[in-house]
Order: sequence, then structure tokens, then C-alpha cells
Amino acid sequence: MAPGTGKRVALFATCINDTMFPSTPKAVVAVLERLGCSVEFPTDQTCCGQMLTNTGYFKQALPTVKTYVKAFEQYDYIVGPSGSCVGAVRHQHPMLARHAGDEGLAKASEDVITRTYDFTEFLVDVLGVTDVGAYFPHRVTYHPTCHSVRVAKVGDRPMRLLEAVRGIDLRPLPYSDQCCGFGGTFSVKNPDVSVAMGADKAHHVMETGAEYLVTGDNACLMHIGGLLHRMNAGIRTIHLAEILAHTDAEVPA
Amino acid sequence: MTATIPRLTPAPPPGTFLGMPAFPRAAKEALENQQLRKNLRHVTQTIRAKRSTRAEEVENWEDLRTAGEQIKNRVGRHLDQYLLQAEKAMTEAGITVHWARDADEANRIIVEIARAKDTREIVKIKSMVTQEIDLNEALEEAGIAAWETDLAELIVQLGHDRPSHILVPAIHRNRSEVREIFREEMGLWGVPAPEDLSDDPPDLAGAARAHLREKFLRAKVAVSGGNFIVAETGSLVIVESEGNGRMCLTLPQTLISVVGIEKLVPTFEDLEVFLRLLPRSSTAERMNPYTSIWTGVTPGDGPQDLHVVLLDNGRTKVLADPVGREALRCIRCSACMNVCPVYERVGGHAYGSVYPGPIGAILTPMLRGLDSDVDKSLPFASTLCGACNDVCPVKIPISDILVHLRNKVVEKKTAKHPTVESTIFGGVGWVMAKGWHLALVEQFAGLAGKAMKKQSYIGPIPLPVAIAWTRSRDIPVPPEQSFRKWWAAREEEGK
Repeated sequence: MAPGTGKRVALFATCINDTMFPSTPKAVVAVLERLGCSVEFPTDQTCCGQMLTNTGYFKQALPTVKTYVKAFEQYDYIVGPSGSCVGAVRHQHPMLARHAGDEGLAKASEDVITRTYDFTEFLVDVLGVTDVGAYFPHRVTYHPTCHSVRVAKVGDRPMRLLEAVRGIDLRPLPYSDQCCGFGGTFSVKNPDVSVAMGADKAHHVMETGAEYLVTGDNACLMHIGGLLHRMNAGIRTIHLAEILAHTDAEVPA
Repeated sequence: MTATIPRLTPAPPPGTFLGMPAFPRAAKEALENQQLRKNLRHVTQTIRAKRSTRAEEVENWEDLRTAGEQIKNRVGRHLDQYLLQAEKAMTEAGITVHWARDADEANRIIVEIARAKDTREIVKIKSMVTQEIDLNEALEEAGIAAWETDLAELIVQLGHDRPSHILVPAIHRNRSEVREIFREEMGLWGVPAPEDLSDDPPDLAGAARAHLREKFLRAKVAVSGGNFIVAETGSLVIVESEGNGRMCLTLPQTLISVVGIEKLVPTFEDLEVFLRLLPRSSTAERMNPYTSIWTGVTPGDGPQDLHVVLLDNGRTKVLADPVGREALRCIRCSACMNVCPVYERVGGHAYGSVYPGPIGAILTPMLRGLDSDVDKSLPFASTLCGACNDVCPVKIPISDILVHLRNKVVEKKTAKHPTVESTIFGGVGWVMAKGWHLALVEQFAGLAGKAMKKQSYIGPIPLPVAIAWTRSRDIPVPPEQSFRKWWAAREEEGK
């Protein structure tokens, strides 16, 4: 029996994936369904709100807390392909509610966040799998994004999932614990520092000889990928879920 | 014609920290300084690795951090009582205790003491708090020369410069620059550097030793900060690594210690926690080289006239902020700036603040208030990567406080009328409030994607905000179909 059999999962696509990188949530759907889960996409959902929260707009971020609770409260498993967005929901939503003096919302949020998982956490901890049947015959380097490690605390789960991918050639990334410099609105409020940090990250990625840079957060990838593309570095960026969704059935001829 | 008034000490660079450009502009200038980038990369990466080793080898490191956090929280909770207890204990031990509300009061007290001693100069131990109150310039105006005796502070002072790190203040200088500074300046203010001074560190240290020794032996008054005051015993603690502190603490007849009111620890036993946390977190040493603890006057031994100036200067205001007060736990170890990827690239000067790096980005705007452009920009001088939170020996949640202060900045800026930014974010807030709002915006993104479908990335876009991203980074063309639309189509098919 597939490990996900009988598990009803709500997909938290996140606004950036929904709008800019739909192939990532599609990959999550593919992997979860392959593992036997039944996936639903509550259409009321929007965003974790951290773009607003982390720029100081607490009041404007509050509706995202309400929307999140309303969209997801009836589910046992809420899964999002972003350590940063999942981290923001878990770490900031109750704070935002309390800041607005809404204790009821804070309580509701505290309840729903206990059922909110990063994609890698759900696979490893809830479904108990690291080998999801993926095949990806490429040179790949993994950057552990800051919020996935330090806020969502996904630990080594992404690496364990990647190591189980057949055909993959994983290259260690030097200085992988250093921030890429994206930082949400930091990237446009302090563009020079952001790019200086991103340039170092891009160089470290190039040193590995990888064809693909993988992370669990498309926002960071958009920043590093934007630099790599400007430099014509010939390195593609890919979300972890898309590697995990890849099977030998899909390998192009 | 105006006659220039001769200075007693090397003049610092013109202007004040508050007159500096806000962080983004100052950072841009710093990024172009190759020497600075090279020094910072080397030093921060070295010390970062060492700190990590020194922390990991302590089996109960996390327990120690928790203890440090809790002891300092207790101090904050009962600060009124501990301060009175410390004042009583210090007074009984023969120390004269002064209270200073702000920098001006503290400086006035110190100038008065020095004047009463009829001295024209004082020697100083490296101290952050005296920089916070700009004591050297207050003394200069009063006709008293203040000499920095910490090697790096001496380099900064002789170089007419400002410190750029709280622990290694001359981190932005290389040794050939130091040689030039010593050769050009030492002779103007005391014992000159040898003619044939090389840029070998032992030679440079030798020149500094000779230059400083004259001042140590002559000075009648010394000024120090204080790493800790033990409330129950009234003991002062100074942690240093060059021995210059020992000289200042023992040779002059009069010692004035300026200490922030948050520097208390309740008992002598509590000190143990911090004397383990601090050296490992700051210089990555197992044990601090020179730890001086003194409890009042000992007749015939060391300074016979001891003064302590307890300084508020905004600390009570910080304590009143339930989120921000956690920053008062700071023991000035500098681990947060050593690990900070932003600090590593721009250095300390870009922060326009005595306290740079992550701790400076939260502490300075809280101490000074969010009035100037510099202070409004500091809470945004971080990617919120969180590396600082993990290394802080007293577990200050720096990222959370940064976000809290960003909210305060926004509230302050939008108090009277909306700004361009707040209008944009009001729009973002509307989009993210409902699923159908986001779906509507995705329609437009999809149309843009359709129009540009021949390319996968967009280059520079000469529009405000967009150019900040696209000047150096390409941006992907949005897809024609959002995930939401794809899902709806899939559901439709399934039916």
C-alpha cells in the first residue's frame, strides 16, 4: 500500500509559486498523488503574508492570517513547497493576530500551524519516505535556504530526499550556510548588498560544476537564478519538488 | 582669518554618525572598497569558524545560553532593585556612584571628576559605552586629552577614524596602512614610531607599546567601561585581551567606570555563566586572557579614588518595549556581526552607528529613537537570514526584533499620511486578502506572460523598484497559466 493512502492533504501552493512558478506545486501534486495521497487545493488561499510582515506592514498582513485559517482549518495535513512560507505561517501568524489584539484568531492560527508542514517534512515525517521513486540523472547542488533551516527547521530532510533520487550526482555547495542575499524586500531596498551576496552565492554554485541549483524555496532561486541567467552561467535553477516529481518515465529522449 | 584651535588628540572624521547617509547608500560605497571587503571576508570567516568550534566543544552550551538569557531577563525584570543593591554595595566598598540619564550628564560628571583631579589627560580602556556618549570629544572640548590604549582603538584614534567593529575596531585597516598611520601620527601626540618601522605585526605592536607606555606611566586618571557589575557584591568586571586594561585599572590614582544600567548580574555565581559564554562567543577563546574584577578601594593597591557612572541613555525606554527589551541582554560579544553576511560585505561604518551589525541594527534605533534617516534604515539592513539568532550567547531573537522595528518605522512614516510604499503595500495587502483577488492579479500576470512568451527571462526594466531588481538580475517571464488556473482546468476535466 502506498504510504499516503487515505491521507487527505491540502496544498498550500504559496502566492509566488501559484503566480510565477506553477510547475512547483504541480510537482508537489504529482509526488503526493504518486504516494497515494488525495490532494486538494482550497481556492480561498493566498499567501503567508511575509512580504508584508517583514517589511513592517503588520496591519496589511493580518488578512492573510485570517485567510490562511479559513482556507485550511478543516484539514489534518497542510503542505507547502517552501520552507520560508511555511516558516512564516508557523512563526509569524500568531504574532500578527496578537499584535492586532485578536486572541481568537491567534488561537485558531496556533491550532492550524500545528498541521502545517513543509513538503519535505510531510514526506519524511508523516509519510515516512525518503525514496519517492524519483529519477534525475544530472549534476545537482543544493542550497539550504535560510528560512527552511533556521525558521521552518527542516534539517537534513531535503538532503535525505535528494540522496535517494536515482541517477543524481549531488555536488556539495561551498559556504552553503551563507544567505544568498535575497531577503524579500531587502532585495530591492538594499539591492547592492543583495547582489553582492548573491554574486558570491552564484560563484560558489558555479564552482561545483553542477547543471542545476536546487532549493526548497523559489523566491531565493529567483534571485540566484536571476544572477546566473544575467551572467549566462549555463546553470538552471529547479525546486526540490520538481526533482522529486521526475521519474524515468518522463526522461526526454 | 580664523585661527585653528590646536587639538589635544587626533581629530575624528568630520560629522557625526547621525549625519551619515542611510544604510543603503553607505553600504553601496562600502561595497566598492576592495581592501575592506578582503579584510572583512578573511577576518569574519576565520573567527566564525573558531567560534563555532569553541561553542560546539562545550557539552552544555545550549544550557549555558539559556542560563545567560534567563539571568539577564531576571536583571531586566527587577532592574530597579538590582541597581539600588549594586549602588549600596559599591558605595560600601568605597566607590562613588553617579547616575546619568543621558550622554550629556555622563560626560559632565566625568569632566568634573577629571577637572577636580587637575589633570589634562586621561587613559582609556576600550569601551563601547564611552563611544556611545562620545566621551572623547566631550573631554577634548573641556581641555582634557583622552588616549585610547587598546591597540586597535589606538590605530583608529591616530588614523582620525571611527571604529568599524565592536571587538576589532580597526578591522577595515591592513598592516601597511597601520604602519603609515603610526609613522605619521605617533610623533605628533607622544613617543614617535621608529624611523625604520616595518609592517610586521610584532614591530607595530612594539611601536604601540612604547607610545602607550609613556601615557600609562604619566596618567593620573583612567576611564573604563564595564562588562559586568555584580549587584550583591558591588564588584566590577572588565574582560580584555591585551593587558592595556590592567595598566589603566591599576596605575592611575583615579578610575572612572562608565557602565550601562543593563550590565548588572545579580550574584557572583551568575558571573560564571557569562565568563564562559563571552570569550568563546567573541574572540573564540576558551578562557579570557585578562579578567579584572575589583570590589571597591584597596588601600595602597591600585586606584584610591573609584567612580562608577551608571548610564541610562535610552535603556529604560528599551526596557519598556516588551519585544525590544530582549536586546538589553547583549553582552557585546560581536558573534552576531562576525556571522552576519551583510556585515561581512559592508563593514561597520555603513551602519552609521557605534554598534554595527545585527545587534546595532536593533539596539541603536531603539536607544536613539526612530527619528533620523539612518535609524529608520537600520532595521531594514538585514536579510533576516537568522544566522545571528543562532550564535547569540544570550539568545536575543534579533530577526524578530528587526521585524518589530520595521513595523514601528512603517507606523511612524505613515502616521500622518500614506507614503508611496505604504500605498503599494496596501495594494499587496488587498491582493493577498482573498483568493479571488490573487486570481485576478494572476490573470494580468498571465497576459503579460502571453505577450512575452518568446522569451523566458526579462532583462533590465527602467522603472522605479523594478530597476532595483533588474539592474543586476534577470527576472523570469510569468507563466501564461497560474497554478490556480491549471488546477481549475484539471478539476473540470475530472468531472
